[in-house]
Amino acid sequence: MPQDAFVFDAIRTPRGRGKKNGALHEVAPIVLLQNLFHHLHQRNKQFDTAQVDDVVLGCVTPVGDQGADIAKTAALYAGWDWDVPGVQINRFCASGLEAVNMAAMKVRSGWEHLVVAGGVESMSRVPMGSDGGAMLSDPKVSRALDMAPQGIGADLVAVLEGFSRTDVDQYAVTSQHRAAAAQSAGRFTSRIPVRDRNGMVVLDHDQHVRADTTLESLGALQPSFAMMGEMGFDAVALQKYPQVEHIEHIHTAGNSSGIVDGAALVLVGTEAKGKELGLKARARIRAAALVGTEPTIMLTGPAPASKKALALAGMSVNDIDLFEVNEAFASVVLRFLREMGINDMDKVNVNGGAIALGHPLGATGAMLLGTALDELERRDLNTALITLCVGGGMGIATIIERV
Amino acid sequence: MAIHYEKDADNIVTLTMDLPGRSANVINAEFGQAFLDALNKVTQETELAGIILASAKDTFLAGGDLEMLVALDTPETAFTNSEGFKAQLRRLETQGKPVVAAINGAALGGGLELALACHHRIAIDNDKIKVGLPEVTLGLLPGGGGVTRMVRLLGLQAAFSYLMEGKQVSPKEALSAGIIHALAADRDDLIAKAKAWIKERKSAKQPWDESGYKMPGGDPRRPEVFQMLAIAPAMLRKRTYGNYPAPEAIMSAAVEGAQTDFDTASRIESRYFAQLATGQVAKNMISAFWFQLNSIKAGTSRPAGDQAGTKKVGVLGAGMMGHGIAYVSALSGMDVVMKDVTAESAQAGKDKIAKLLDKRLSRGKMTKEKRDEVLNRIVATADAADLKGCDLIIEAVFEDRALKAKVTVEAEAHLAENGVFASNTSTLPITGLAEPSANPENFVGLHFFSPVDKMPLVEIIKGAKTGEYALRKAFDYVLKIKKTPIVVNDSRGFYTSRVFGFYVNEGAALLAEGMHPRAIESAGLQAGMPVGPLALLDEVNLGLAMHIRDQTRKDFEAEGKTLPNHPGFAVVERMVTEFKRQGKAQGAGFYDYPVDGKKRLWPELQQHFPAAAEQLPQKEMIERMLFAQCLETVRCRDEGVFTSTADANIGSIFGWGFAPFSGGTLQYINAYGLKRFVTRAAVLASKYGERFQPPASLIAMAEKGETF
Repeated sequence: MPQDAFVFDAIRTPRGRGKKNGALHEVAPIVLLQNLFHHLHQRNKQFDTAQVDDVVLGCVTPVGDQGADIAKTAALYAGWDWDVPGVQINRFCASGLEAVNMAAMKVRSGWEHLVVAGGVESMSRVPMGSDGGAMLSDPKVSRALDMAPQGIGADLVAVLEGFSRTDVDQYAVTSQHRAAAAQSAGRFTSRIPVRDRNGMVVLDHDQHVRADTTLESLGALQPSFAMMGEMGFDAVALQKYPQVEHIEHIHTAGNSSGIVDGAALVLVGTEAKGKELGLKARARIRAAALVGTEPTIMLTGPAPASKKALALAGMSVNDIDLFEVNEAFASVVLRFLREMGINDMDKVNVNGGAIALGHPLGATGAMLLGTALDELERRDLNTALITLCVGGGMGIATIIERV
Repeated sequence: MAIHYEKDADNIVTLTMDLPGRSANVINAEFGQAFLDALNKVTQETELAGIILASAKDTFLAGGDLEMLVALDTPETAFTNSEGFKAQLRRLETQGKPVVAAINGAALGGGLELALACHHRIAIDNDKIKVGLPEVTLGLLPGGGGVTRMVRLLGLQAAFSYLMEGKQVSPKEALSAGIIHALAADRDDLIAKAKAWIKERKSAKQPWDESGYKMPGGDPRRPEVFQMLAIAPAMLRKRTYGNYPAPEAIMSAAVEGAQTDFDTASRIESRYFAQLATGQVAKNMISAFWFQLNSIKAGTSRPAGDQAGTKKVGVLGAGMMGHGIAYVSALSGMDVVMKDVTAESAQAGKDKIAKLLDKRLSRGKMTKEKRDEVLNRIVATADAADLKGCDLIIEAVFEDRALKAKVTVEAEAHLAENGVFASNTSTLPITGLAEPSANPENFVGLHFFSPVDKMPLVEIIKGAKTGEYALRKAFDYVLKIKKTPIVVNDSRGFYTSRVFGFYVNEGAALLAEGMHPRAIESAGLQAGMPVGPLALLDEVNLGLAMHIRDQTRKDFEAEGKTLPNHPGFAVVERMVTEFKRQGKAQGAGFYDYPVDGKKRLWPELQQHFPAAAEQLPQKEMIERMLFAQCLETVRCRDEGVFTSTADANIGSIFGWGFAPFSGGTLQYINAYGLKRFVTRAAVLASKYGERFQPPASLIAMAEKGETF
């Protein structure tokens, strides 16, 4: 029998707008991590860092400030024992959750006992696409893979599912209002303010949230993907989906995930290691699953990944108390709900999601897990499922259960 | 000697290309050896100031010899050949002494590639001279360093249109684009300027061999370039549906090469070249657009005999077709009399011609004087007597036998002695139309395509009594108006209209089977056709399609035969009679045509033709559309409708836009492999009907291992 993997803690930074005028643009990604490493250590009885078998961090654009294995760099820079290894991983938008799942797998294998998972992305410092990649910039590859940007896929999902501009905007309004309510009620309890080298607070709240968002204000925004669609990507998608007459571009900056800076960490280990260090297990990781899906539409992974995870855990969709579905685009969440047969919106993204809070690519998955765990405890519920759509046509899901 | 070697008193060596027995210089084995010898000799010169590459022909260098190219049977040979020639070019540009290309005439393909390996390029300032890399139009890439050097010379984005679209420009345009460095007035000036440039320097290097060289516009790592590269393949895909490997290979070779050193880039280019040169699409395109097109223009289908030029053309009817025919005739230097029923309608046609000319004028393609001259060559009239002296009269009135008979008799009276009368019809058999003619020997069919000024093909129809002189006259006239003639024997629908019908009817049949209409249209476009079958039926007009079918059925019955039913017929009939939707002209067919906006499929279409539970894969629909056309082409061949493979292939591509990358309807079968094609056709026949049954002649050819 493999030993269970437990979550001892899950913390995150606030999310700053991912632009030059964003609050965290002045903070290097390594410093975002340094802050969190420090707090994780402090919050957990200043455990002996030499006990950590590995640090697994997601980062989607691992060049420049984020290059050269930022996981190992961060562990060293945070002053942890040099005995602690580190690895940076990239599963696109799923990287943060993938890090948690890999940590759980390491622990369940019996070969490791305490692993720090998480992720980081300073999208203002290292813009998306800075790492190049054959998928995007090598013509023969993008041709062979029928690659289109995710926004085209999001709009295609909406066309296929019959979602209107109002449908996706309405969803975005809900996300904003929920996030604003959660923030003002102080429900983001595991959010650690970012401080400068003097201890002065640089950012203590999620900067991307707009509490005053209305259907009218969103309706005024221009579609983000109409021009690139017209230039050629619609043609690529339509050649793959020949029954679709026309792609109506309905996703805008207002109903897509926000571009932000941020980081997150999750401490994962065995029950025995927890006891040894005096740490309290907060949740068990019940299942983790990945799937590949049709790459041109790219964003349809959450439902099949969730079904796979549920099957692994021997659970049904009704056994899940809360869902965190990454709001890459509004249509992704709406499609997920339809595919999973979930009608109760009070179980889904109850504190808002990436449309309001932003999606720091490498960190988001770990952030969602922490948000779900905090909310389970607040409501005294038991199970949560976290899922994200992933670039290249993948899906990821993780199920946690409180202990 | 393919290259003359001459050294002057200033120690400047002029290498003059002059391939014996050829009207133009091309790169073949003989040229390659001569070039190597010249290079060996020049690099051994102890006193050398510089090198001029010049030509003794009207062209500078017309490119690679395609005969040699199609003989390349393995990628290894293609790669080695390409690398071998490029090594010489590299030697030329790195030997140290200044090298000037003296471009006196067309420098295309390998010709421009040679010039690009020179340090300085001067061309005679004559707009008739073309400079460019047209390889892509034959399914190839410039494998003589063209990709590598153009990218380094112009930058990725600027190089793309020359490399991927085969854009050809005049020396003036080449100068402003940065492809050449200077213009010269004539040959003497050209050589003088070349020598002067050499005398100004002791050595020369290519920009890309200088230390600190930076690619114009930036290399692919630069964010602006990266973004352009992310969307460029999609932009290409939108145009090509992935059917053309050459522009894709060019883009890849350019991008990959931009990230490496010169020699590596050059080798990457050779590898892509080797794949394309030995691939099927290049074979198809070279065969159609080079060898077959040239054989047509050389008169393979023309009866032997003297030129039968046309001086004065009469055109009956000033409508869409009539004024188009008058326009292209006048533009090619012929006098034109355009007659319609009233002087007003004749003048209206002439006004439309004036508009076409004004468009050319505004685009700088024509001078004001030339415009007036062309327009003044056209007499618009309602008086048949004005046709006097015309040596060719072309009627372009409605497709109505009685009307055509009437105008034939009326106009023939005014024909010059031994003049020829031509009927422009797309479906009516010529033999019948020739009956009222006083001289059926001099009666011929000329099937123009609409719009006449843009469509490149004219189908010449030989009636039962059409004589050789009339055929020659028609053939020479079509060449004169710069169009491509194919010659077919008389039969209903001739070749093009008949086979084209099988494309659109297959689309209608798929609709009847419950295939999604959008998917049907997509399949047509993915097959390489210019327009989806349903949209085309709308354009042709569904009422007309039904009328043609009824007429065809009657003609069959008159011969004691039965017209085989096509499942597409019923769809067309329902559209016309039940839903009253005749097509685009009426604003309602398979599509709706909103006044302000793009056409959209009629939303009710799927109610009337409900979707089948199981939708066919796109590939199956694509093959049905293409096979239907190819099989009907074979039946035309069996019936002697056309007599040359070139006419069939070129006719299909130029006539109704049959997938150009396939090389035409018969070449499609060759490329598919006759045995495989026959087997597949039999499977399609068992699933979808008799129209896919492979003809006995095709089965016999397949068994004998023959090709078209």
